Amino acid sequence: MAKVLMKGNEAIGAAAIKAGCKYFFGYPITPQNELPEYMSREMPKVGGVFLQAESEVSAINMVYGASGAGARVMTSSSSPGIALKQEGITYIAGAELPCVIVNIVRGGPGLGGIQPAQSDYNQVTRGGGNGDYKLLVYAPANLQEMVDLMQEAFDAADYYRNPVMMVGDGMIGQMMEPIEFKESKSRFELPLKDWVTTGTKEARKPNIINSLFLDPAELENHNIRLQAKYDAMKENEVKYEAYNLENAEIVIVAYGTTSRIVRNAIIDLKEQGINVGLIRPITLWPFPEKAFDLIPDSCKSVLSVEMSMGQMIDDIKIASNGRWPVHFYGRSGGMIPTPEGIIGKVKELVGGAK
Amino acid sequence: MLNERVICAGFGGQGVMLMGQLISYAGMIEGKEVSWLPSYGPEMRGGTANCSVMVSERPIGSPVITDDATVAIVMNLPSLDKFEQDIINEGKIIINSSLIEKKTSRADLKAYYVPANEIAVELGNPRVANMVMLGAFLELTKTVGTDSVMMALKKIFGESKAHLMAINEEAMKRGAASING
Repeated sequence: MAKVLMKGNEAIGAAAIKAGCKYFFGYPITPQNELPEYMSREMPKVGGVFLQAESEVSAINMVYGASGAGARVMTSSSSPGIALKQEGITYIAGAELPCVIVNIVRGGPGLGGIQPAQSDYNQVTRGGGNGDYKLLVYAPANLQEMVDLMQEAFDAADYYRNPVMMVGDGMIGQMMEPIEFKESKSRFELPLKDWVTTGTKEARKPNIINSLFLDPAELENHNIRLQAKYDAMKENEVKYEAYNLENAEIVIVAYGTTSRIVRNAIIDLKEQGINVGLIRPITLWPFPEKAFDLIPDSCKSVLSVEMSMGQMIDDIKIASNGRWPVHFYGRSGGMIPTPEGIIGKVKELVGGAK
Repeated sequence: MLNERVICAGFGGQGVMLMGQLISYAGMIEGKEVSWLPSYGPEMRGGTANCSVMVSERPIGSPVITDDATVAIVMNLPSLDKFEQDIINEGKIIINSSLIEKKTSRADLKAYYVPANEIAVELGNPRVANMVMLGAFLELTKTVGTDSVMMALKKIFGESKAHLMAINEEAMKRGAASING
């Protein structure tokens, strides 16, 4: 299929519908509004349902209900709206239901601003909800990757019976880039949804969807089972890209749109004789710890570049396990890192200009 | 190496978003790396609109233009005041002289003054002023070919606006001629 020029938010909607999403529940918030707008227009055409709920809390609980009935369902919001959804998200994880949640991140804390940011790293990888649960979190760097990952996001959600988060930022949501919608085959063998609550017709025992386990032993067993699922995700779902690691003096870790800016800085630095590599997590959880084993002996330090105040540093330090000092360069509040800023920080680390 | 970073700015309704999209779309048709990023949020409510367009031979990092635009196309006075500072040294600015009486305050810029609204009115449709400016931009920078822009326009317009293709093409030609004339 030929390339089309599409806005990120609309491309997410198109990719979700293509992946079989039939239900969308949301509540407006900048900078993701074009996504529900697109869904409101396109969902009826495929026999699906678009519904604007009265709040984020309501929207995520509609997702809970639709998923319990076996539907491919999605919601979207931006940072403060995702914060409001956290109760529903932990219930959905506890009840082991699949869904896709899109978070087009804006600056925080609180209402923050509406410009691009990555300051939801902790919110999406640690969860704002209670309990021992994890989300599978994808953070694509461009619209093509976002579109390519959407089918996988829905399939992985169904396979693991777990919520999956797709994280972009204001830039990913608002910008237009060329996109090609490719035919993709699922890499999962999806189990039959025999747990749905769609009525027994008196032909089977009732299915119960629930996240309440009052018996401590039963809840512990539930947690052990959930943990085994998260371990399987850690084993099978890690995605990352390693770029220019060979002979790198510094290795930068950056994800999403920030990684694109870093990549251009790396090209410029190479022309100046400074060799810098990039590890780009595509899944934020599970974090690509194994990628750090690829870092060569030439590397003197690791640098986290973020559109936040250093939220990814903890994961980088865990993955580094003391092998390299970990430094940080970031912008926040909707300010975008520049290649010049990144180059300046790298030069400071390698000890002045060459 | 081609690496054009263009700001298109003006009032809402002057077609600056479309102008930017046409440059991006045409670049895509020509196999170049492109991005288009609109202004969004409260600043749009004030009646000004702008977008950042990148056309490059290498993958685009940030689609945001901070202070490194190679070209600015400004359709009204607030846009001139806001964006003339965001252009690189000795960059280009194309100014809609029909609505902006002022000259650019930067001596280093290569400034081009195009009476876009007057030309559009002469052509019989004031709404094609954006295409006059676009024609001037294409003539100046050769970022993308006019043919590619026409192909892009055809896609965006669709069947229902096919009858407007000719006047838009004419507007681009007149814009190009205004640079040379």
